[in-house]
Amino acid sequence: MRIPIAALVGLIFTFAYFFVAIFAPWIAPYGMAEVVSRDVWLPPSSEFLLGTDNLGRDLLSRMIYGGRTTIFIATAATILSFSTGSILGFLAAVLGGWADQAMSRFVDLIMSIPSLIFALVVLSVMPVTVPVLILVMGLLDSTRVYRLARAVAVDINVMDYVEAAKLRGEGRTWIIFREILPNALSPLVAEMGLRFIFMVLFVSTLSFLGLGVQPPEADWGGIVKENADGIVYGIGAALYPAVAIATLAISVNLVADWVLNRTTSLKGGRG
Amino acid sequence: MSDKLLAVKDLKIGATVYPPGEKPHDIEIVHGVSFELEKGKVLGLIGESGAGKSTIGLASMAYGRGGVKITGGEVWVNGRDILQTGLGDIRALRGGEVTYVSQSAAASFNPAKQIMEQVTEAAILQGKFSRKESEARAIELFRKLGLPDPENIGSRYPHQVSGGQLQRCMTALALCPEPDLVVFDEPTTALDVTTQIDVLMAIKEAIRDTGVAALYITHDLAVVAQVSDDILVLKMGDMVEYGPVDQIINNPQEEYTQALVSVRSISHEEKEPTSEPVLTVQNITARYKGTNFDVLKNINVELHPGQTLAVVGESGSGKSTLARVITGLLPQTVGRVNFAGRDLSPDLPGRDMEDLRELQMIYQMADVAMNPRQTVGTIIGRPLELYFGLKGEAKHKRIVELLDEIEMGVEFIDRYPAELSGGQKQRVCIARALAAKPKLIICDEVTSALDPLVADGILKLLLDLQKVEDVAYLFITHDLATVKAIADSIAVMYQGEVVRYGGKTDVLSPPFDDYTDLLLSSVPEMKLGWLEEVIANRKMESAGN
Repeated sequence: MRIPIAALVGLIFTFAYFFVAIFAPWIAPYGMAEVVSRDVWLPPSSEFLLGTDNLGRDLLSRMIYGGRTTIFIATAATILSFSTGSILGFLAAVLGGWADQAMSRFVDLIMSIPSLIFALVVLSVMPVTVPVLILVMGLLDSTRVYRLARAVAVDINVMDYVEAAKLRGEGRTWIIFREILPNALSPLVAEMGLRFIFMVLFVSTLSFLGLGVQPPEADWGGIVKENADGIVYGIGAALYPAVAIATLAISVNLVADWVLNRTTSLKGGRG
Repeated sequence: MSDKLLAVKDLKIGATVYPPGEKPHDIEIVHGVSFELEKGKVLGLIGESGAGKSTIGLASMAYGRGGVKITGGEVWVNGRDILQTGLGDIRALRGGEVTYVSQSAAASFNPAKQIMEQVTEAAILQGKFSRKESEARAIELFRKLGLPDPENIGSRYPHQVSGGQLQRCMTALALCPEPDLVVFDEPTTALDVTTQIDVLMAIKEAIRDTGVAALYITHDLAVVAQVSDDILVLKMGDMVEYGPVDQIINNPQEEYTQALVSVRSISHEEKEPTSEPVLTVQNITARYKGTNFDVLKNINVELHPGQTLAVVGESGSGKSTLARVITGLLPQTVGRVNFAGRDLSPDLPGRDMEDLRELQMIYQMADVAMNPRQTVGTIIGRPLELYFGLKGEAKHKRIVELLDEIEMGVEFIDRYPAELSGGQKQRVCIARALAAKPKLIICDEVTSALDPLVADGILKLLLDLQKVEDVAYLFITHDLATVKAIADSIAVMYQGEVVRYGGKTDVLSPPFDDYTDLLLSSVPEMKLGWLEEVIANRKMESAGN
């Protein structure tokens, strides 16, 4: 099996980011919030590979720990949004009738409010902790997953093999998990990559606005915010996390593209 | 170099295949086919699916569909090799000199544009006629093709005319630019038999009146016999036999052609009804939710154990709806269904596991009736697990037995549906139904998506299995040849009613009611001059008009 170059680049970067995130404490040269220098915004040197930040902490270490936080929150929120969204979406498609109507209109209602504003309102009245962040982001985003999952499942639900399963006397669990899910997987997996990127951007935005991850805990959006003033003085510290967010987003996108291509090509759905 | 209108010489066509787990590679799908066509003549291209008929038809317009490449040979149209000429010349050729009529008119017309605009488009674009002339020509063609209200039908949208009418509009579209050659690609395959003969007659007359030459592609030898002068028989991209229609039909030389001519070798003696019917349908009336129209009106039929009841009718006659009522997918509004001595609950949730097990169903399209992500083993094994609690070795043993019954080997157990041929897929569906040890299997058009020879194999298998398993079949079909082959009793349906019902011999012997007569006489026969005879003798207009 040959992997296209683009997908390979995406895979390498994605893997590298996740590796660094998981093993952050062993990789980072200094502590997360450890002040290592009296000088702020030192340029890169052999001692501090990316220089220091606005409080004289090692920027590389903060980037590594920040990546860990960002990727962890994004991953957890994606898993939450996918499990809730897709199961409810499948259920709505299989049940149909008023249950479908009730769920779908509720989702429409939530989707009619811009999610960033919704999140800001919720987070300003609730204590901002990591679990709360994950919960708010995951549930808000699950509306989009619900929409996709329902649309895909409605299509599959009218296939003859699902009708055959109903005539055979299969229960809803079998129909959802054995008939619909395997056939809905490829669009959902591709969507998962995109939703993950959206989560990374979402949590970074929230942190940048001060309602996400709270200092001194590091995360990419927060690092941009902390060092944003430096840009005025020609100091590029805020650009590192921005570049990290962009490369992660692009890499995951490339992988998602490849997965989608592979699973929907002329291979009889063996993927 | 040639005075013929169309001369194809040693045509070779290749395509790229993507087999699972292997590198994509090129294969040849048409291996050196040659034929000629004179002005005003019709050549029938015949063969089963995968024979390369459509590919050759499109190649005569210098076109290769979906990754198909013309790799060798010559195609001469009006004295020039169109495989060598430039794109500009090919553009003048397509839609001008050579036009195309596809199988599904419904999928080929743009639903957002009026018919007239689409019929005249090519003639105007090619600069052959002005808009006014084209429209006059189109109306003339509509009249020739027997369309109702030829003056105004052009201002309708494609969904506002019936399938048979739309297919005739497509023929008008192809004839409008006054082409020298028309490629007809299965133009009547998607139509009901009674509609088919009208369209066939219209096409035949239009070809005769306009003096156009035609390539007529079909899998139905009886149809092609009615319209062609010559026939070319194809098999897997090879020429099998090429000759005048009379010789091919009456004196085929090759074994394969003989098999095609004599297809439906099955005969089945009608069985006497036994004492207790396994299925009794009483006064069934049904309608779909949100409509005020009864799709089934007071249906009464019976089916005896180990026998076959064929329900025959055209699309829209309600035969599939009857199956939905019996299976519980559409609860009836009036009447009752008695199965194996007990009344079935009208809706599915009200039925118990035993009801579901004893009543199985086989679908028309085997590829969508099986989950593409399950292996043959899972598909056949699931009913065993669900109804009999079989697991592990016992289940495996039974699956192998069932595979053996459908004449497939144990090596198929780990294959996915996409790795099976059309006939094999239908066999697996039969095995899945049999796994439940049912008393009744509803077969909904199970052979209509298959090639005649493959369909024959399936019917034989069903008949053999009936003897072994003593299962009753409710056989829904539009194909009277199938009915003759396997039924014990027949119910003819027309517009939601059973118009004729009884034992096979009775139903198929005169005197007939008008509809049964029309239906029976519309089945194409492998006989020259049959078409004219039928049109002259029939008592009633087909439903499609």
